[in-house]
Amino acid sequence: MSVLLFSHQTPWPEDRPTYPDPRVVRDPIDPDLEALRSADEAAFEALITRLHGPMMRLAMTYLRDRAAAEDAVRARRRKESRILTFTSLFRRDGGPTVDPSRFGADRMWSSPPDSWTNVPESRLLGRETIDRVRAAIDDLSPKQREVVILRDVAGLDADEVCGLLSISPANQRVRLHRGRASVRKSLEDYLT
Amino acid sequence: MTCKEIVELMTDYLDGFLSPSRRAKFEQHISGCDGCRAYLTQLKTARMLIGRTAAEPVPEPLKAELMNAFRYWKAAS
Ligand SMILES: [Zn+2]
Repeated sequence: MSVLLFSHQTPWPEDRPTYPDPRVVRDPIDPDLEALRSADEAAFEALITRLHGPMMRLAMTYLRDRAAAEDAVRARRRKESRILTFTSLFRRDGGPTVDPSRFGADRMWSSPPDSWTNVPESRLLGRETIDRVRAAIDDLSPKQREVVILRDVAGLDADEVCGLLSISPANQRVRLHRGRASVRKSLEDYLT
Repeated sequence: MTCKEIVELMTDYLDGFLSPSRRAKFEQHISGCDGCRAYLTQLKTARMLIGRTAAEPVPEPLKAELMNAFRYWKAAS
């Protein structure tokens, strides 16, 4: 997948301006990419091993979003747009990330979270938990999902993600914060 | 600061984006609040587990194809 980074063709549809811009990789700061400049085969192998998982996840989410977008267009053609518009109006990225009912009138915890220290490691790191996390990532809004994958799965830093997605630092932080908070909530439902 | 405000600052705290004075207030709250400390631990655990979803081996045929492409590119450049 990572070979796409070096081609001049975008692997994502042209009509989606929020997709990553491959030209950003022109000036790499990544040590693997630096080694690659000196045509080091082992470095290339390390790079594809490291990036395959995140790139696949990202590619799959884009394909899924694209399919969903195409479905939406078809639905609109069938004059079902009223429902779609209604949902998109009310689906916004504002509001608190923790259920307000968990705080008292003094805005301090009334129903505090558990630190999961009693959860056995085998369960915490088990396959079922990871599957749960994957599902939670898939359920994020596309904008939150791409930031979460790039930051926490691919391991890019905030500046790199802002450059890649052409978004402001504040926007990057909001998307990451809300994305991680949703995954946390899903884990809490499962582990507690 | 209240717990409700603290939880919304946690990502900025983890990324080191809080100003020194806000950071001091944040840490002061956290040190005396079990609930917020637990929430921070949960967020860090979520981040760690998100990272673990990456574990996905590169399929051998794809890897061979990419390595060939690399050698071809190297020979051509
Ligand atoms: Zn608190």
